[in-house]
Amino acid sequence: MRPPHPASALDPASGSGAELIDQLGTALYVGGGLIFLVVMVLVTCAVLTKGRPVNARYWILGGGLAFPAFTLTVLLMYSLAVGNGLNAIGSSGALQLFLDCFGLGDARARAPVDDVLEIHVVGKQWWWEVRYDRPGKGGAVVLANELRMPTNQAVELVLSTTDVIHSFWAPSLAGKVDMIPGRTTRLRLQTSEAGTFRALCAEYCGGQHALMALFVVTQHGDDFEAWLAHQQTSVVEPVDPFLKVGYDAFFRGECHSCHTVRGTPANGVAGPDLTHVGGRKSLAAGTLNNHIGTMAGWIAGAQDVKPGNKMPSSLAYSGVELRALSAWLGSLQ
Amino acid sequence: MSLDASPELPNSLPRPTGEFDRLRAVWERPKGWRVLTQVNNTAIGLWYIGAALLFLVLGGILALIMRTQLAVPGNNLVDADLYNQLFTMHGSVMMFLFAVPVVEAIGILLLPAMQGARDLPFPRLSAYAFWAYFVGGLVFFTTIFFDLAPDGGWFMYPPLTSYEFSPGLRTDFWLLGIGFIEISAIAGAIEIVVGILRTRPPGMTLDKMPIYLWAMLIVGAMIIFGFPPVILATALLELERAFHWPFFLAERGGDPLLWQHLFWLFGHPDVYIIFLPAAGLVSMMVATMAQVPLIGYRWIVVAMLATGTISFALWVHHMFATGMPHLSLSFFSAASMAVAIPAGLQVFSWIATLWRGDVQRATPTYFLLGFFGVFVLGGLTGVMLAVVPYDWQAHDTYFVVAHLHYVLIGGMLFPVFAGIYYWAPMISGRRLSERMGKWACAIMFIGVNLTFFPMHIAGLLGMPRRVWTYADGYGLEPYNLLSTVGAFVFAAGISIVLLDLMLHFRPAGKVDTNPWNAGTLEWLPQDEYAIRSVPLVGSREPLWDRASLRKEVDEGQHYLPGTMTGGRETIVTSAIDARPEYLLRLPGSSWLPVLAGVGTAVFFLALTVKWMIVAITGALVALGSILMWLWDSDPAPSGQLFDVGGGLSLPDYMSGSRSHSWWSMVVLMLVDGSIFACLIFSFLYLWTVTLSGFPPESLDMPLVGSSVAAVVAWLVVAGALFAANRALGGSRCRGVSIALLVALMGTWLAFAASLHALTGTNLRPQLHGYASTAYTMVAWQGLHAVLLTLMIGFTVARLSLGMIDSVRRNVFDNTRIMSYYCAAQGIVALVVMHSPRLAL
Repeated sequence: MRPPHPASALDPASGSGAELIDQLGTALYVGGGLIFLVVMVLVTCAVLTKGRPVNARYWILGGGLAFPAFTLTVLLMYSLAVGNGLNAIGSSGALQLFLDCFGLGDARARAPVDDVLEIHVVGKQWWWEVRYDRPGKGGAVVLANELRMPTNQAVELVLSTTDVIHSFWAPSLAGKVDMIPGRTTRLRLQTSEAGTFRALCAEYCGGQHALMALFVVTQHGDDFEAWLAHQQTSVVEPVDPFLKVGYDAFFRGECHSCHTVRGTPANGVAGPDLTHVGGRKSLAAGTLNNHIGTMAGWIAGAQDVKPGNKMPSSLAYSGVELRALSAWLGSLQ
Repeated sequence: MSLDASPELPNSLPRPTGEFDRLRAVWERPKGWRVLTQVNNTAIGLWYIGAALLFLVLGGILALIMRTQLAVPGNNLVDADLYNQLFTMHGSVMMFLFAVPVVEAIGILLLPAMQGARDLPFPRLSAYAFWAYFVGGLVFFTTIFFDLAPDGGWFMYPPLTSYEFSPGLRTDFWLLGIGFIEISAIAGAIEIVVGILRTRPPGMTLDKMPIYLWAMLIVGAMIIFGFPPVILATALLELERAFHWPFFLAERGGDPLLWQHLFWLFGHPDVYIIFLPAAGLVSMMVATMAQVPLIGYRWIVVAMLATGTISFALWVHHMFATGMPHLSLSFFSAASMAVAIPAGLQVFSWIATLWRGDVQRATPTYFLLGFFGVFVLGGLTGVMLAVVPYDWQAHDTYFVVAHLHYVLIGGMLFPVFAGIYYWAPMISGRRLSERMGKWACAIMFIGVNLTFFPMHIAGLLGMPRRVWTYADGYGLEPYNLLSTVGAFVFAAGISIVLLDLMLHFRPAGKVDTNPWNAGTLEWLPQDEYAIRSVPLVGSREPLWDRASLRKEVDEGQHYLPGTMTGGRETIVTSAIDARPEYLLRLPGSSWLPVLAGVGTAVFFLALTVKWMIVAITGALVALGSILMWLWDSDPAPSGQLFDVGGGLSLPDYMSGSRSHSWWSMVVLMLVDGSIFACLIFSFLYLWTVTLSGFPPESLDMPLVGSSVAAVVAWLVVAGALFAANRALGGSRCRGVSIALLVALMGTWLAFAASLHALTGTNLRPQLHGYASTAYTMVAWQGLHAVLLTLMIGFTVARLSLGMIDSVRRNVFDNTRIMSYYCAAQGIVALVVMHSPRLAL
């Protein structure tokens, strides 16, 4: 269903802002390509021909001044319209609105905020915290390195950071917006397509900048609501003896001092919330696929997989404990 | 004033015996170890280019390691930590140690020859710039071997690079290491600007300058205004790292975006500082290779002026993704597109020139064709990036990596390599190998496209910049592999050029060749003394217009055929219409610039590792050497007039606004003022973005009484200089000394009162962005008080030795300019500091 590439600006999700930018891009490639070819033909002819008379005014004022001035003016107007359209995602008429926005007014100011689902994304070295504030609907949901949103509804990401500058970029869905200390920035997303897309940190943020990805899952409205309701549920202490070994190992290894697992005494905030970690697509911010083997590998070798990240390699566990701990975490679907 | 009008040449044959031998003797190059003491710009220019090419190779090797790492996904050749140092060093070395130095170096080499000068006005300054850059650059580069290389990216965005997230020395090496490069670049710019304006040959009015002179004049001005933002930014970040003064920390009234504004206010003009000189070279070569005058000379000058101006209004296009309002971005988007127009205008002028002419098929032409192909593509992707929504996708991806390499390699490297093949005969008397040149050009052209074209696609397929590895399964593999192969192909092409240079390039003494039949003065017969006599220039291509000119010049039939004063000298002409004004006596070989340059580099590097004794020693050596060379830089006027030929008699001394000394001092004050203006910008910027009050209510405003006292003290300084000037006019030297000492006391009183205005309150620089910028303004006054102390001491010493009087007064005038500047700056700083009161 989903086209093969989950993170490509050239293969945007249908009905997304990225699609609009991709159309603009096509115009740029075709126009740029034509200009390039014409200039190259002119240069070649200029070198091959001998001593032709040249009307300097025609060349310089026509080719060098009038043509680019005209072309660039048209391009500027087109790009302003697209920019306003992207900022106006979620307002009446959604993407079509951009054609009405030829003026320079700030289209975002006109967008009715009620329609827009706000999702907070916090950049951290080197992972993402994702938070859904649901006033009156049972409290906030916090998860990490995965963002789910409904299709056919405008979503506004509220972007911030707790350390250095990061940048949120889901190429198939929209352009990027930086996360800057002391500020909150915003990015509107929308798509009609259900699927899994990849997002990356686009601003160099130190050591493991390369290993800071996130998956964006777009779902039909009902599926999304069901998922969100499930995310609100808490964890209960396991009854299965093997999982209980893992559960105890979690606390014995001090994991709870950095991680929260809602429903248990674990309430650390330095690392990702693990309440539903087993149901996520990846570990270590898009670095590893998520299954029991990679979970064990990540716990024991966090510093080998992603050197310099804030999670220590936990070498004190016995093999049984490590397997049990991974199994318990994996059971937190 | 035209040669054709008067059949008589300025000097007649035969020349007196001994004239030629004396000329050759004063310009003779030192031998043995003393070869290092050369200050002649032609010699320094060659070393400078050689050093820049060395850094091109070193930076290129770093790139090859990176490309090898990225050849396949998940590679482990280097780890993240080393990779981050590699890409930071690659960018920093290529921008600061190769691109900017090489264009300045080419200017220093070509300008004297192209403008028929024996040398530019400040040879020791060029030598100093070279040594500081070469020694400092090499030591800076070696940090990569000791795991001490900076790893915050060449753009060094805080807070990643501030003390919390980058403890240790790595970032300090960058911040202080770039310090001496900045000094070196500005020293070069002063030499180039004053040299172009004041040491042109008689008759070379502004509209008859070779187009390259225009390019370098504009670039020199751009360096003067473009480097100050980064000088200030690096100083502020170092203050934040060392003393925790918040400039870029949001939680204490700073803003990370302030750095980005300052950095790109430098960074974007810097691109054109690199491109315009190359465009100037292209204009020169296109005209010669096509054997017709450049079509649209005036349009090209206008285009370059426009480029230089607009380039200061585009910096925000590096910040389109920072969440600024779309309306503000639109302005910078329009400016970014507008800058394409002058570039297009130049391209069409070149094509028209080639079209009109009969183009010589030789290596420079092939490199120029490569330039067209690569640069035009880079320019078109540049327009794409100026489109705001498109940039939201492409920004910080490999698309931008591709774009910037197309622009810099196409726009600078290909023209420079064309220039190497074109101008090598001017130095060595013979061409480089045509065969090797053609092969190198073809291989480089294939290599650059193979490396960088696939990167456009990789970027759009979701590959961000500055990643040490990437995941497989996202379609990035083939494009990265192609890029890696291409990088080695490209390196092979460059190696052929370097090999060709090693095999076939030997600087010769006497050179008499014009292999491409060029029309400009650098193709006059050259020797160590430059040209034998200085021609009167009546057109843009004097060699084309007067077939006998080369012979006449070499026989000494034009101006200044020998040495008049018994030493090195060159003719200074007026800035606009190039009327001869006086003879500038030039310094000879000296160890002082070497010592000063090495001392400067040692100072900055030792300061980084906190070897304070070494640092202070370096600073003292540099300062002592500079003071020693300045001591004899204002030689006594002989009072004679010297007949340089053609009935033209010139003095050997000039003071006031017609002297080269005054011009360089004014240029220096422009640099100084620009740094200070950037500091005021930082203050006002933080004020506008700080929502919690500037300063917050918990902090006081500076004391009014002390501030008023400081203003009064600064006015006393200005008044004292006014009185000193009057006294010097009346030859009352004792009165001058007393007035200067009053000015000195006034300066320190003003500084002390300004400082007390802050320390007498609860303001401490660590507390808030308001306090940190206010303290920095006062610290800046302190630095100027130290400089002024040195200058006044120097002036008073010379006064007491009778080395300053109402005629010989350049030293005094420079001190006077500096004092007035300091007083004005000090008062402005105090007003700015108190300006938030207006908002209360």
